[in-house]
Amino acid sequence: MLDDFFVRAVLAGVGVAIVAGPLGCFIVWRRMAYFGDTLAHAALLGVALSLLIEVNTTVAVFAVSVAVAMAMLALRRTDTLSTDALLGLLSHSALALGLVCLAFMTWVRVDLTGLLFGDILAVSKFDVLTIYAGGALVIGVLCLVWKRLFAATVNPDLAAAEGMDPDKVNIIFMLLMAAVISIAIKVVGVLLITALLIIPAAAARRLSASPEQMAFFAAGLGIVSVLAGLFSSLNFDTPAGPSIVVAGTAIFILSILPWPGSKGISG
Amino acid sequence: MRDVLWFRQSRKPLEMVVSQSPLVELKGAGIQRSGAWLVRGVDLTVSPKEIVTLIGPNGSGKSTSAKMALGILKPSEGTAARRSGLKIGYVPQKLMIDWTLPLSVERFMRLTAKPGQRQVDEALDCTGVAHLRASEVRHLSGGQMQRVMLARAIAMQPDLLVLDEPVQGVDYSGEIAIYDLIARIRSDLGCGILMISHDLHVVMAATDRVVCLNGHVCCQGTPRDVSESEAFKTLFGARASGALAVYEHHHDHVHLPDGRVQHSDGSIHQNCCDHVHGPQDHAHEHHGKGHEAHDHSHDHSHSHVAGDHHAR
Repeated sequence: MLDDFFVRAVLAGVGVAIVAGPLGCFIVWRRMAYFGDTLAHAALLGVALSLLIEVNTTVAVFAVSVAVAMAMLALRRTDTLSTDALLGLLSHSALALGLVCLAFMTWVRVDLTGLLFGDILAVSKFDVLTIYAGGALVIGVLCLVWKRLFAATVNPDLAAAEGMDPDKVNIIFMLLMAAVISIAIKVVGVLLITALLIIPAAAARRLSASPEQMAFFAAGLGIVSVLAGLFSSLNFDTPAGPSIVVAGTAIFILSILPWPGSKGISG
Repeated sequence: MRDVLWFRQSRKPLEMVVSQSPLVELKGAGIQRSGAWLVRGVDLTVSPKEIVTLIGPNGSGKSTSAKMALGILKPSEGTAARRSGLKIGYVPQKLMIDWTLPLSVERFMRLTAKPGQRQVDEALDCTGVAHLRASEVRHLSGGQMQRVMLARAIAMQPDLLVLDEPVQGVDYSGEIAIYDLIARIRSDLGCGILMISHDLHVVMAATDRVVCLNGHVCCQGTPRDVSESEAFKTLFGARASGALAVYEHHHDHVHLPDGRVQHSDGSIHQNCCDHVHGPQDHAHEHHGKGHEAHDHSHDHSHSHVAGDHHAR
């Protein structure tokens, strides 16, 4: 069964969606979408490095994302630039640096489109294994820090005063984001990872009455987006990664429509 | 700068605070940010069953000092020590809940601790918001939010309760009820309470000790010390002491950028704590603003045996 490329694609996409949903909720709650983007763009530099020094791509992407996240934390403590300017600076310089590095490596042929927009139809058995092993680890850690992370999200000062150690869980959250990006890069590519993280979470908001519910619904809607995107990609011969994002966006638009009986977007 | 404080004696005589090791103790603590001291030289203790109120003008370092006591900010100099295993309940000044965050009052009550259902129900009951338990937190009004935040902190049954402007946005009758509640919490839970007040015209009920900040500790003492002082009796007569005291405090000095202090007479000193609050500094007078804040306050259950300025 795993020999069929489409089955592997479905498994990989579903695996990433399950992890991206709950984590994406925190990204939405903490208003860190742009931060996620920055880490994802930096992932291209990770890919270039992995080709240069011949290490596992997932590991290299994870390492570079962590480095960028920590640089971001350190820079934010100094009062140099505003956070959004810093993010823009880091995000695009990492992306540009990655592209320049790849161009220098004339001896490797790189499928740039695949890196930028994902190549889910080309995932290997090992890729699927990486997604599920890494995904299980991320979900496990997320469950362990859930209460503290949620408290720090609602109010960092309150969490600090009441012994929830927000600084520590913030760093753990960065590591989880870097991990998700490194396993999702193959599926949707560096430019669309943030979409897979935040669109299902945003679509789940209207359906949810509690944060835990929103995490579950986000994972569920992510799975639906992956399936809808993959099947339409097969039927209409559209690129798979962008099709998944388009399906997610369609679900989001459905979720914010004023359905009869719903309380509207503010309700 | 001239600040007027209203101190109201609690109905019960103030119990002597049993001397126990303090819950939290700041010693010479200060916070420096990009070369400037936000607050410096803060000595502050809160003991079990003690209510300490921080007062002072905007930017005087009240919240900063409270955050040092809470362990949110690490002092740049001096020390902040908390009793080990201290359980803290914190009511921050403001809590913004984003639209994207689905959070009911019931879930919010269990944000950091795991209080039992009975504690949650009782806490919501005594702050008067039991009917809101299923509401989403972001739909609450400012005053309702204050009550819910207070309920959350109470339900934790903390050793130390820190309240940053607990009656902000609360209606007047609710304000009185909340100050009474705070006094009751102290005796019921036996916790220490550190409170911040920015509105100097707010009636402060059952405060054991007042710490006045203006970038440093200007003065501290019991409200009773102030209201029973000779200067006070001379001005108001013995009858008024123990009732409502109007304590006027002149900030008679400015802090220079280098940390020295210029007094109103032009003299410059290394610090400002050596100035004496003479009778002229404590001139108790009727302050127009305070007046207005109080003239609808007569029908509530705690009559202020106050000066004639209240009998309108």
